Amino acid sequence: MPLSSRHLLGLQGVPKEDIQLILDTALTFREVLERPIKKVPTLQGKTIVNLFYENSTRTRISFELAEKRLSADSINFSVSTSSVSKGETLKDTIKNIEAMKVDMVVVRHAAAGTPLFLTKVCNSIIINAGDGIHEHPTQALLDMYSIREKLGRLDGLKVCIVGDIAHSRVALSNIYGLKTMGAKVSLCGPSTMIPRFIEDLGVDVITNIDEAIQENDVLNILRIQLERKAREYFPSIREYAKYFGITRDRLEKSGKEILILHPGPINRGVEISSDVADGQHQIILNQVTNGVAVRMAVLYLLGTLN
Amino acid sequence: MKILLKDVAVNNPAQNLKKDNIDIVIDNGVIIEIGKLNEKDFGEVKKFDLAGKLVVPGLFDMHVHLREPGREDKETVISGCNCAANGGFTGLACMPNTEPAIDSAEVVSFIKKQASNHLVEVYPVAAATLGRRGEVLSPMAELFEAGAVGFSDDGTAIKTASILKRAMEYSKMYDLPIIEHCEDDSLAGGAMNESINSTILGLPPIPSLAEDLIVMRDILVAEYTGAKIHIAHISTKKSVEMVREAKAKGIRVTAEVTPHHFTLTDDAVKTYDTNVKMNPPLRTKEDVDAIIEGLKDGTLDCIASDHAPHTIEEKEVEFEYAPNGIIGLETQIGLALTELYHKKILTIEQIIEKLSINPRKILNIPVPQIKKGEPANLTILDLNIVWTVNKFSSFSKSINTPFDKKLLTGKSVGVINKLQMFFDGKFRNI
Repeated sequence: MPLSSRHLLGLQGVPKEDIQLILDTALTFREVLERPIKKVPTLQGKTIVNLFYENSTRTRISFELAEKRLSADSINFSVSTSSVSKGETLKDTIKNIEAMKVDMVVVRHAAAGTPLFLTKVCNSIIINAGDGIHEHPTQALLDMYSIREKLGRLDGLKVCIVGDIAHSRVALSNIYGLKTMGAKVSLCGPSTMIPRFIEDLGVDVITNIDEAIQENDVLNILRIQLERKAREYFPSIREYAKYFGITRDRLEKSGKEILILHPGPINRGVEISSDVADGQHQIILNQVTNGVAVRMAVLYLLGTLN
Repeated sequence: MKILLKDVAVNNPAQNLKKDNIDIVIDNGVIIEIGKLNEKDFGEVKKFDLAGKLVVPGLFDMHVHLREPGREDKETVISGCNCAANGGFTGLACMPNTEPAIDSAEVVSFIKKQASNHLVEVYPVAAATLGRRGEVLSPMAELFEAGAVGFSDDGTAIKTASILKRAMEYSKMYDLPIIEHCEDDSLAGGAMNESINSTILGLPPIPSLAEDLIVMRDILVAEYTGAKIHIAHISTKKSVEMVREAKAKGIRVTAEVTPHHFTLTDDAVKTYDTNVKMNPPLRTKEDVDAIIEGLKDGTLDCIASDHAPHTIEEKEVEFEYAPNGIIGLETQIGLALTELYHKKILTIEQIIEKLSINPRKILNIPVPQIKKGEPANLTILDLNIVWTVNKFSSFSKSINTPFDKKLLTGKSVGVINKLQMFFDGKFRNI
């Protein structure tokens, strides 16, 4: 059964069957990544453009690897090397790229809604690799994949997303995806970083991190995004680390099993202490590996739709 | 030339005038007879059969961005006036956020000169401070003498309470209002209303608080100075409540609302259509309900378009990067009639008050009278015609409207003013 949508713009409204299909497909590709020859011919002849208007190491490399492992031809377009600095509009840029006959566009952009905008001005398949503080669907998919890999299920799990919810595209995609898959989602962070009315999405908000640890099976710890003026939303990094940072002391004090995820890159000593980042609870590097498999699944399912 | 408007209804609440099925004869731009007439008595006349149409005092839009001088690619005084005539307006006030700003008598005179031969009368609102920078008062006396009808730093609120207080004290000498774009600078800068929708869409929010704080400040300063304050494009429930309370206390406050703020909510942003990006942003249903209540009970004096033309290339970009504003002169009366009159929220008299009489009163401009001996300054409305908005048939140089393809009931079929008539899509001398 194919996916119900031609593009992957976000996880809002994406049906359970689609997420299930992506995660199950990713499982197959995860196995490919363990082979000595990590390449399949699935997308041979397809051309994919990685259109990155924002700095990204992890996501871009992950997509690029996924594309190469599927034998697609991929091209990187990043803002510093493009004609954008000459004042070309996004619409003109994408029209030009499309004129070179590309099949899929993976887009990262600082402005929310850009992937949707692209679907209106061009015919290529669009995959959102993060738009502003809106969504980052492949990150949430790989988070869910990693949780499922470790705990065997998503349904009925209690997952808390910790940190700067208001300036995170990872949070929203995780909320939609996890809830669709039957998990119970809560948020924990300083009140200034929790968007007003977010409870309307069917999530609980807690401001005490020890409570969050106590009540959840999984913590997904967001990066404090210092480049997004996040610093204006709490008094000091010291205070943030003291009241919201995940430390070994805190985890040990709770005396329970808990799974720690982090989308990276991590700020050691801020939202997560080094002993936790390197410790037994975390699956941070598994997430990175799984990211390639999940992105291969998305590219494969969308790229072979017709 | 003599013209005869045959079989019309007339309504002007400013004169307590309401008649059905009468005729109006206009000679050389002046109403020479009104009543049940025999057309043979008037010799050679150009006759317009207007059975079922309603003649009202010419409509007036007190919040228009004509973009000239500076951004003639978006709109000019002439194209904006054409647009106004096509939308049923015989007069408008234009806002000072031009380049240069309307902060000198020369710019006021320039704009008035551009419009001098047009059917539509143009009344510039001048900047309250030099360059709209909020630092030094504009030469208000000189601006008044040149023809400015109010003062505003529109686009932003007047920067500090101290310069606002001085602006009010100074403008009070000429009994002109300060017209405020109410938005606290430190809370500004977002792309849409703060609500669950801004979270879902990942767009930087503008809280309603940003408007409410400045409305509160301005009302207090108006009370303190005794000057006139006019709240432009009100958009929040709390602001409507504050204006209502201030009016009850006798503070000299008036307020306007745009058609988009009484028809749309921030749900419309869900498509990231940049034609629903405006400032103040579209708010929630609760706010729209409060605005409708405010229109009904008279808290909100006027309906004004905030006609804000932008080029296609400026609007066809990422939502966050698009400029704020939409064109509105040609959809305004249709939206008011469809959403307020036909839904029995406002009577036709209230519509006329809010779109013709009150804006002129606020700006100290005489209200046109429909009687013998008066210059003909009229709008002819068809209250029941059903039509579809087509942005490509706009007279504006821009097409940024969210109401394209919308079905509306009621529109202007013509206007008469200054020895000219606009009818059937054409201007003619009369």
